[in-house]
Amino acid sequence: MTAAASDAALEAVDLTRRYQLDGVAVEALRGVSLRIGRGEFVAIIGPSGSGKSTLMHLLGCLDRPTSGRLRVNGVEMSQLSDTQLAELRNKTIGFVFQSFHLLARTTALENVALPLVYRGVGKAERRTRARAALEAVGLGHRMEHRPSQMSGGEQQRVAIARALVGEPKVLLADEPTGNLDTRNGAEVMAILDRLNSDSGVAVVLVTHEPEVAGHARRQIHVRDGLIELDTADRTGTGETEQRDGGGAG
Amino acid sequence: MALEALRVNRMRSVLTMFGVVIGVLAVVILVAVGTGAKDAVEKEISGLGTNIILVVPGRLTVGAAPTQSKLNLADVAYVRRVVGDPAKVTVSLQSGETVRVGGTEAFVTVVGTDQNLTNIFDRPLDKGRHLSGTDVDTRRRVAVLGSEVADKLFGDLDPIGRQLTISGARFRVVGVYAKIGQTFGVSRDQEVHIPVTTAQRLLGIARVNGIAVGASGPDEIGPLQSRVVAALTDRYPGEKFSAVTQTQLLGTIGSVLGMLTGVLAAIAGISLLVGGVGVSNIMLVSVRERTREIGLRKALGARQRDVLTQFLIEAVLLTTIGGVIGILLGVGGALAIQALTPVPASVTWWSVALAFGVSAAVGVFFGVAPARRAGRLDPVIALRAE
Repeated sequence: MTAAASDAALEAVDLTRRYQLDGVAVEALRGVSLRIGRGEFVAIIGPSGSGKSTLMHLLGCLDRPTSGRLRVNGVEMSQLSDTQLAELRNKTIGFVFQSFHLLARTTALENVALPLVYRGVGKAERRTRARAALEAVGLGHRMEHRPSQMSGGEQQRVAIARALVGEPKVLLADEPTGNLDTRNGAEVMAILDRLNSDSGVAVVLVTHEPEVAGHARRQIHVRDGLIELDTADRTGTGETEQRDGGGAG
Repeated sequence: MALEALRVNRMRSVLTMFGVVIGVLAVVILVAVGTGAKDAVEKEISGLGTNIILVVPGRLTVGAAPTQSKLNLADVAYVRRVVGDPAKVTVSLQSGETVRVGGTEAFVTVVGTDQNLTNIFDRPLDKGRHLSGTDVDTRRRVAVLGSEVADKLFGDLDPIGRQLTISGARFRVVGVYAKIGQTFGVSRDQEVHIPVTTAQRLLGIARVNGIAVGASGPDEIGPLQSRVVAALTDRYPGEKFSAVTQTQLLGTIGSVLGMLTGVLAAIAGISLLVGGVGVSNIMLVSVRERTREIGLRKALGARQRDVLTQFLIEAVLLTTIGGVIGILLGVGGALAIQALTPVPASVTWWSVALAFGVSAAVGVFFGVAPARRAGRLDPVIALRAE
């Protein structure tokens, strides 16, 4: 592991991803290179069909690239087995989805503790850590509630707690405010902001909304499977303070 | 976690289990009935007496045609000398005959035998006396009746000292046996015992059907058996003689009934198999329904093995819960059959253990395919599923 790799949370070199849809090859990604440092807050912006979801799946190790290299927290993912990839997702990456993806009929506490189950953490410790994670997103009073008993905003905060309970290096949020009203959306974004600055987890936000992307210090615009614009390139560092948010239009 | 998933789809789980319940129920009950029948027959055979060797001409195998007997009373005397203890050898000559008392008649098995019968077989008396040596030696026309024959011919009257006719010849009743029930489905209470010598004259024949030898202990059975067979083969070179012991009889009958039980269990097993197919089907539906959940679990770090195990446990839980219910119903059913019908049913621990084991195995076997499908789902596709 080189020194350069070790200080990047995610480092992609010339990633491509091709699908076969009814025998027709579709190039979702056509060569994407990017580097996201530890503790960065990045938004990946693009219209639907731009390849941003594919990129997120690759960055989250849910999928393997057709070609190119991807290092996650310094580890080259192409050399990992499926089991090792699962472990990498479990320990290094946290996911937040547009539709929350909470297990129905399961309490908030149990939902949050789920990633720890796959890490072999004992039940008592799982509960302690899940409780702390729920308190960190302001849901200390909702531990035993089920998803159906909570508002959308609360459900998404449970999902954020679940993403963070394993203390990941990278949090991947796919349209986290897409199913929320403005007020709840703002609340969720505020939590992501705070977590990024407090705990130093790198946050990668996938969105098509410029206002949401504006929370990030760096925007990466994706179109037709390629990076169209990366605001980090303007300053030459991965730590730009630029907050123009209007890069897309 | 797995239990939770089953509870969520309670109706479906119950219906799926139903197939397994019926399969296990059928296995437990049919094996219980088969085993009960075997136990009952074994009890009958043991009830004959202990340490008995039956000597018959020809080869005694299941399904073989009966052999014309060549044995006669001289051979019986010869066997007595071979055995050394004359009291431990008895003889039997059987024939179906009509007996009559006044206007009442009955078709019975007339057995010509001798005074040594009771030294070898358990045949307790209800009234009167057994056949005596003098009865045999002097060809007396005396008879000892089985309990059913006595009831049918004499009703409430005391038969002792009364007359009856067997094939037109008059006999005097000297004893009545206590009720002993059936052997191989034939009621032994429908026998009429008369002296073998009298029987030969009555039937106009000189032969006997078989010789029974009583051994003094289990260890003596083997040597005695081969000694008797060897002696008879010496006397009649070229002829075959068979001597069977109770143990051998038990073994033969036992293997036939065991086979029957096996066939019953196999038929029941088919219904268990059908139940298993139902489990497999429902697990496939469950995997499809919960595709998003599987995708999420994988995103959170579940390995292929974790997802596979989860679904496998669900399937096994489904079948073992069904199995336990089936066992309880099966045991209850077997006890009810035992109590309410003449069919003997005996629940054995191994059939219960087998039924449980098989239902768990059915869960694994039929759960593996759906569970593997779940484990191999591509998380990206699974997360997108509706």
